[in-house]
Amino acid sequence: MLTKRLIACFDVLNGRVTKARQFQDNIDVGDPGTIAAKMYEDEIDEIIFYDIMASAERRTADLATVRAVARNIFVPFTVGGGIRSLADMHSVLDAGAEKVSVDSMAVRNPQIITEGSREFGRQCVVLSMQVKRVPRSSSIPSGYEIAIDGARVFTGMDAIEWARRGEDLGAGEICVNSIDQDGTHQGYDLVITEAIAKAVNIPVIASGGAGTADHVADAFATGASAAIVSSMLYSPRLATRVTARALKKQLAERSVTVRPVLEPATES
Amino acid sequence: MTDPAGGPPRRRRAHLSRRGKRGAIDGGTPVVTLYNYAVIGVIDYQTGNSRSVIYALEHLGLPCMLVSTPAEATAVDRLVLPGVGSAGVTMRSLSDLGWPAYLEQRVLGDGIPFLGICVGLQVLFDYSAEENAQCLGWLPGKVEAFPADRVRVPQIGWNRVVAASAHPFVEGLEDRSYFYFVNSYYATPDRIDDVAARTEYGLSFTSIVAHRNIMATQFHTEKSGPVGLQLLNRFTQLQKDDLSAD
Repeated sequence: MLTKRLIACFDVLNGRVTKARQFQDNIDVGDPGTIAAKMYEDEIDEIIFYDIMASAERRTADLATVRAVARNIFVPFTVGGGIRSLADMHSVLDAGAEKVSVDSMAVRNPQIITEGSREFGRQCVVLSMQVKRVPRSSSIPSGYEIAIDGARVFTGMDAIEWARRGEDLGAGEICVNSIDQDGTHQGYDLVITEAIAKAVNIPVIASGGAGTADHVADAFATGASAAIVSSMLYSPRLATRVTARALKKQLAERSVTVRPVLEPATES
Repeated sequence: MTDPAGGPPRRRRAHLSRRGKRGAIDGGTPVVTLYNYAVIGVIDYQTGNSRSVIYALEHLGLPCMLVSTPAEATAVDRLVLPGVGSAGVTMRSLSDLGWPAYLEQRVLGDGIPFLGICVGLQVLFDYSAEENAQCLGWLPGKVEAFPADRVRVPQIGWNRVVAASAHPFVEGLEDRSYFYFVNSYYATPDRIDDVAARTEYGLSFTSIVAHRNIMATQFHTEKSGPVGLQLLNRFTQLQKDDLSAD
């Protein structure tokens, strides 16, 4: 049986892992290679790396940092930020990533999803979306609008419509990032996560707001296949943090099927 | 000792990993033949994720090199075919670079140990339903799509792998072993003996195939944590003699 995945997500700024709150006020956490190695040892299931300024600065992701992370972890690794073309995707994959994440650039040029999935396979393309609660309207019937460029620009696009279109265009996974819940530790936005998990037949990743094991278990109960945890693992804003290993044990106690934790004596 | 090339390996050139020595003796000739232990060639055909396999082999301390063309592979005595993407694109890329005939000679002829990963498993069979691709046909059988009406496709994530044969590749594979899968298609071997392990995803499918010196995993063993590295290491330890029996 396929297990639910716990994903650590790094927002990288100037070669450092940072932590935002509602997509703003990034504070420093540490060196990406070091944190990635620690997460790997701690048996995280997957790592996502967003070069958060690449898109706004019109450049590709920081490949030196991608390599430094890829050399240290032997679990799946997704890279996003500034992916504009097949050549950008190729360079990120060649640096050691398995998957590429497209977000703002996919809104500007949806064909990038199709081109990427034709060239590298559907499984390689993660469509990441920034969603914000808004009043329901005829153009945004779900009550969730898509934003781009670090939640600074609103597109007028409906989140569920965009998710369906992303699947049709060839995305292999959809990551639903809640702008409202990001960095709040108050729980995921379960409403939109569940709506998108029902709307598409590709895996959905819940993102934004995890603070407790209950929050993560709730996200999985919506039908999400994976959940991003970051603050819980390493935010300096939290007084007490949890290890991925401990979090998995707490999830198992809540009847969530997770990849079994190896005994520490096994090779690290 | 410094690596004369420095930096990350470049594409389209054979390149020993940083644990290997290149041109160290006579200042230019690759010295791979001077090794008294196996050099693992990782086939690089542009659309695969060959780099991840190199990183994993380096982590295990094993001598390895990326090989883009058969000419670059003459010195290796074991081959890995990684893969992401579709069977059709993979077969076209391999054919464009002249791999199928060369692989037949080394793997089916000389009997060197071979490991296929993900699409590298699927192309071993006769045919894939993905783009109706004709494949290598080393193992009888075909490749079919997961039932999208029952499960989310692609399958992405960690799933349990249970050994189903006595092939030495899966000897000692523990019952609670989980590996990382990313696939929309799965192989259905005609010969039951070729099925070395099975996994459940909407149905029971073949997650490892093993026939003599031909071994392949549907999952990404290079991305499956310590358990995956252990299996990769096992592949590198098996000798021709271990693999000659049916």
